Amino acid sequence: MVDIGHYLILSTVVFTIGVIGVLTRRNVIIILMSIELMLNAVNLNLIAFSDHLHSLSGQVFAVFVITVAAAEAAVGLGIVIALFSNKETVNVDEIDLMKG
Amino acid sequence: MLEYLWLIPVLPLLGFAVNGLVGLWKVSRTGKPQSKPFVYSVACGSVFLAFSLAVGCFWSLIQLDPHDRIIEQDLFTWITGGAVRTMSGDLANLHINWGMQLDPLSAVMILVVTGVGFLIHVYAIGYMADDEEGFYRFFSYMNLFMFMMLTLVLSNNFLVMFVGWEGVGLSSYLLIGYYIHKKSAGDAAKKAFVVNRIGDFGFIIAIMMIFSYFGTVDFTEVFEGVEAIFPTPELMWGPLSWIALLLFVGAMGKSAQIPLYVWLPDAMEGPTPVSALIHAATMVTAGVYMVARSSAIYSRAPDVLLIVAGIGIFTALVAATIAMFQQDIKKVLAYSTVSQLGYMFAALGVGAVAAGVFHLMTHAFFKALLFLGSGSVIVALHHEQDMRKMGGLKKYLPTTWWTMGIATLAIAGVPGLSGFFSKDEILWRSFSNPQGHILIWIVGVLVAGMTAFYMMRMMFLTFHGEERLLPKVAHHVQESPLVMTVPLMILAVGSAIVGFLGLPAWLGPNIFEHFLEPAFATHYQATEEVHHYAHSTEILLTVFSVTLAAMGIYIAYYFFIRHKEKSTWWVEKFRGVHQLVYNKYYVDETYDLLFVNRAKDTGRFLSAFDSNVVDGFVNGSATITRISAWISGQADIHIVDRIVNLIAEIFEYSSSLLRKVQTGLVQRYALFFVIGIILVISLYLYLGV
Repeated sequence: MVDIGHYLILSTVVFTIGVIGVLTRRNVIIILMSIELMLNAVNLNLIAFSDHLHSLSGQVFAVFVITVAAAEAAVGLGIVIALFSNKETVNVDEIDLMKG
Repeated sequence: MLEYLWLIPVLPLLGFAVNGLVGLWKVSRTGKPQSKPFVYSVACGSVFLAFSLAVGCFWSLIQLDPHDRIIEQDLFTWITGGAVRTMSGDLANLHINWGMQLDPLSAVMILVVTGVGFLIHVYAIGYMADDEEGFYRFFSYMNLFMFMMLTLVLSNNFLVMFVGWEGVGLSSYLLIGYYIHKKSAGDAAKKAFVVNRIGDFGFIIAIMMIFSYFGTVDFTEVFEGVEAIFPTPELMWGPLSWIALLLFVGAMGKSAQIPLYVWLPDAMEGPTPVSALIHAATMVTAGVYMVARSSAIYSRAPDVLLIVAGIGIFTALVAATIAMFQQDIKKVLAYSTVSQLGYMFAALGVGAVAAGVFHLMTHAFFKALLFLGSGSVIVALHHEQDMRKMGGLKKYLPTTWWTMGIATLAIAGVPGLSGFFSKDEILWRSFSNPQGHILIWIVGVLVAGMTAFYMMRMMFLTFHGEERLLPKVAHHVQESPLVMTVPLMILAVGSAIVGFLGLPAWLGPNIFEHFLEPAFATHYQATEEVHHYAHSTEILLTVFSVTLAAMGIYIAYYFFIRHKEKSTWWVEKFRGVHQLVYNKYYVDETYDLLFVNRAKDTGRFLSAFDSNVVDGFVNGSATITRISAWISGQADIHIVDRIVNLIAEIFEYSSSLLRKVQTGLVQRYALFFVIGIILVISLYLYLGV
């Protein structure tokens, strides 16, 4: 029997992978992909609880998150393209314009 | 006609403005002076118009009833001030109009001033012809003088009169110092100005006293006030006497009376037309005019009248003795002027105001003529004034000779000429008036004889006897041009005939005195006991004075034509006396010793005080300021600035530490988030907060 505990473990694993990806990878595109992983871990979590609590609001939230994630990916990729055309790199180590 | 009275002084003022401003403008624009015809047309034209107006006003005045012959015109309000409490306890408003007054006295004065003034202006065209750069300056000063003199005699209050009084002093100063390259001229101008200041000091105090006693300075109101407050003559020495005395101090300065006469002989440094106009005919008579105008005050101060008469006759005597031994032709005339002014004051002092003013008028004619004649001689001899280098000029300068001859006979008192009538009137009044004294008459007759002597001496030395000309000028001595001789002739006619206006009582009516009477008569005490002498007494005294004058003329003839060696013998015999008189009694030297050098010492002391004490004080305080400024500057740099910089350095250092945190690497920030979140969740989970 697959209960809520499995779903939560899975979502924790996926989220942790996403966090580690965001913190360790240098390529911006991979970081964006890691962020998608984290969002999807959250979605998994939302749907697991929706099923568990017999409430549809969790699923509605998940749909919203997917929509926002799509928009976020579009904006993020746009920023990456603009950045590349300026600095000719997608390596975050070299993008430190806000250094104090 | 009378409504144009105000134009009489304004016309010369316009002449002054036009000549002065256009002249200055021309010089600054082109570097060349204004053309002479323009200058003298403006100057003489304005004075001639003023003279015509004066004649018109005079004509209108004599159409009026004798007791209405006083016209007052207030042109504008000059000074207004608050209420002042007068000595009598009333409140008076300080309110002074710029007003004019035409009455018989001022009418006579404006006729003399503009008439003689015009002739002298015309004469000056010829006299000043050689002067290229100063021509416009000379004529504008002359017009300024005319304006000031007319303001003086036409004013209807003491303060406007004082403006004119100071103004004539100023123009006199400017004209004495006209030859700006001569140091002696500048010194003489300064001397005239300073001596006049002493007199003016008395005059202005008198004006203040008049205001504080009567609450007004208007002539009519003051004289009414005098009658109201002092109905009887002041027998004790009171305020009225002080006012009278201080006014007389002013008159002493302006009219060159002892002890303030010393400036007038020196004033001969100016051009001769100036000597004729200002220092003989008009300005110096301002004092006589002022005392005559204030006769309401003087008639109530018998002690001061005595002083006036005494100083007048003493001045006449002293100046006449000095004039007898002078060698400079203009100096003789200068001392003669002082002497004749003394006569006028003697007349005023014995209460014969009309006689004094009459002598003023006749003197204006013959003395102006004498000066202009001497100017003609001086020009002919190329500015030689020493009579020892003249002689025998009669054949070269015939017109000058006969015109000056008439003036000399007039001043000497030859019967029939103007000086005879006026001088005799004064002598007779000093004998017959209650204020008069036999002593004044005796000295007066003596001075008449001396006058005849020194004037004839001047004529003989200049025009008769052998020629003593310097060789370089002897060849081209010639008569002056018509522009100079015609005024001489007109003045000669005047000198001869104006005397008939004031005939003595035994010959006919005294038109002049009768005309002037309304101007003073009301002020004199009606109760006064006038002695009535028989005509025979008057005739006898006249014969006596004429005899003395004739003796004076004869002595001059004896010493300077017939027995020339005798005069040197007498001089040798009385060497000490001669030296004393020849050096003018050493009055100038005494004044230098007593006052001038003392004033210079004071000046030097004050200068030393200034440069040592005052400057030291100022410099010391400057040093103190500098030191304290240096100290506060140092404090600023090392304390205040240090604190400010320290604060800034603290911030700079701490921010350099904090800056390192902000790497700009987004992943680093995200790491901090995660660590933070883990910490928060750990706290939540393990501590249950």
